[in-house]
Amino acid sequence: MPKNLDDNSTYNMRQVKYRNSVAKVLILGTVFLFALFNPVMAQDEAATAPVVATSGGDIAKGEALFKSLCAACHKRYKKMTGPALFGVTERHSTEWLYSWIKNSAAMVAAGDAEAIAIYEEYNKTAMNAFPQLTNTDIDDILAYVSVPKAAPAPVVGQAPVGSGGDASGGVSSTVILGLLALVFLMLVVVLFLVNKTLRRFAELNGLQIPENEKRTPIWKAFVQNQFLILVSTVFLLLVSGYFVYGFFMQVGVDQGYQPIQPIHYSHKIHAGDNKIECKYCHSSARVSKTSGIPSLNVCMNCHKSISEVADATATEEYSKSFYDGEIQKLYKAVGWDADSQSYTGKSEPVKWVRIHNLPDFAYFNHSQHVSVAGVECQKCHGPVEEMEIMYQYAPLTMGWCINCHRETNVKVEGNAYYDKIHEQLSKKYGVDKLTAAQMGGLECGKCHY
Amino acid sequence: MKSTLEIIAVVAIVMSMVSCQKDSKPNYQYMPNMYEPVGYEPYGDYPVFPGGQEAMLPAEGSVPRGWMPYDYKNSNVGYQLAKDSLKNPVQYTAENLEKGKALYGIYCAICHGDKGNGKGHLVKREKILGVPSYDDIGRAITQGSIYHVMYYGINSMGSYAAQTSIEERWQIVQYVQKLKADLEGKPFTVKEEAVLTPPAVEEHVDAEAHEDATHQETTNNNAH
Repeated sequence: MPKNLDDNSTYNMRQVKYRNSVAKVLILGTVFLFALFNPVMAQDEAATAPVVATSGGDIAKGEALFKSLCAACHKRYKKMTGPALFGVTERHSTEWLYSWIKNSAAMVAAGDAEAIAIYEEYNKTAMNAFPQLTNTDIDDILAYVSVPKAAPAPVVGQAPVGSGGDASGGVSSTVILGLLALVFLMLVVVLFLVNKTLRRFAELNGLQIPENEKRTPIWKAFVQNQFLILVSTVFLLLVSGYFVYGFFMQVGVDQGYQPIQPIHYSHKIHAGDNKIECKYCHSSARVSKTSGIPSLNVCMNCHKSISEVADATATEEYSKSFYDGEIQKLYKAVGWDADSQSYTGKSEPVKWVRIHNLPDFAYFNHSQHVSVAGVECQKCHGPVEEMEIMYQYAPLTMGWCINCHRETNVKVEGNAYYDKIHEQLSKKYGVDKLTAAQMGGLECGKCHY
Repeated sequence: MKSTLEIIAVVAIVMSMVSCQKDSKPNYQYMPNMYEPVGYEPYGDYPVFPGGQEAMLPAEGSVPRGWMPYDYKNSNVGYQLAKDSLKNPVQYTAENLEKGKALYGIYCAICHGDKGNGKGHLVKREKILGVPSYDDIGRAITQGSIYHVMYYGINSMGSYAAQTSIEERWQIVQYVQKLKADLEGKPFTVKEEAVLTPPAVEEHVDAEAHEDATHQETTNNNAH
């Protein structure tokens, strides 16, 4: 395209040249925009948190020890089960800390005033004894907890290495799409302008652009051809029949149903990134008809310790502050006071919206499929571990159920209940593996009663 | 010009039709009164319940089937008492060990690690820190303390009593004890009675005779 423009500009008037340069400016502008974005992102990745060093004890060793032994109950800058440990060396003497960490219960029993005060302050929670720690180990830990909190800047620096690539991929895709659209729009405008200019030249040079001669309009020709009408009527009827059938068949099918939940719970983060077992939260799927929406105490098993998401968890679409807000919604619902680390007793129900719902006339039991048959959750619920927002993956129609019953072999190994029936039926059908259908999995009364 | 207007109109109509197809609302149903249950569905929202919430705690004092009271209190004293005196009532068999392993994989391994060394996936990702290894000297866990902690939770660890049954918890205890023995490099011994009567072998001897016997047993149990 630009080549043509150049050609024109060499032959003709100034105006054209001017237009050409407008297009050039636009293109250059786009390139400039692209160029602007890259350095910004590069900067993000390059920034690292400054390492603060203090004297006395090895901070790196202390960090490892702290994370493996202390972090269950202590954080450095925030109260948890136990007190925040930053500044603990100013509150107590080092000698006192040595004996406290090695065996706190003994100190409380011996009547040490300082020890009893802490024991009382934290609801008589006994701190575990750590006889395996030497004084040097404790020095290392104390050095680690004495590192002052870095300024809000380290947000970027603390992110794990893997996060950099993901983040940069997200920004640019939308930006690039937008820019592409802009470029196409510009092309259209340029084409239009060129066309207009060419026409003007033709006019100036006295050239005649030949007009199309009048013909019978196409619709009139169509009406006059009766065979074509017949064929197209049949075709139209068939097509509309197909769509009407399709419409009636999807009534009552909720495949793809994706309601907005009261708390934005991401299965992708929990089941995907953190690899938490489905049955950890949906524990009643093992033993009951219903798979169970976890009660909030199950959430609190982990979220007692996790009050905010890691920086690496935030995505383009959902920021860290958004996710943190969702965790706060959980705390509000369950009545957890993060400051005092205790339940206020004021809770409110979370009104989750049910997604998978079978009609009342069909019976389905989770435990039969999960525990007895050993069917993977994903077989019916789809790639849940990739779903940021949960949706219904399978159509949950009767045809879908029956297909699976026809194809799936019953898991009889190690299940004494099936021993005899398997032997008899496999003889009857002349097969060595039985499908659910052959065991009676297609009988109406199995699911409808 | 007219034709472009028409094209725009058609595109607009198609777009509006497509955009009306919302995934956030459930679809139409043919006969809703056959779809909607008459009874209360689990987790349903019904005005008859306080807060509209069908899922409620059982009435105070209600006892679920097969449930046994747990006498140890949720306190430091109760913990010490359970640690010293509480014993596993479930037999130590290979079958129970296998079940315990499966349950451990679901509920515990995510933090405590597959080997029980406190290096689960969440710990490796630094989501939850400070998970102790089972061979931690300061804690010196016993079967009683393992059960007690699962029942009530301790410090940052929550209670797992809602997700597991009594028998399941004891099966997990058995597996945790095995992991602890493995970590300490000691052999894990399955209890004597359990070794003498492996139940799996017995059932294959004579299926029919055995079935009669079990039938008899169940009727007896029912009579009781």
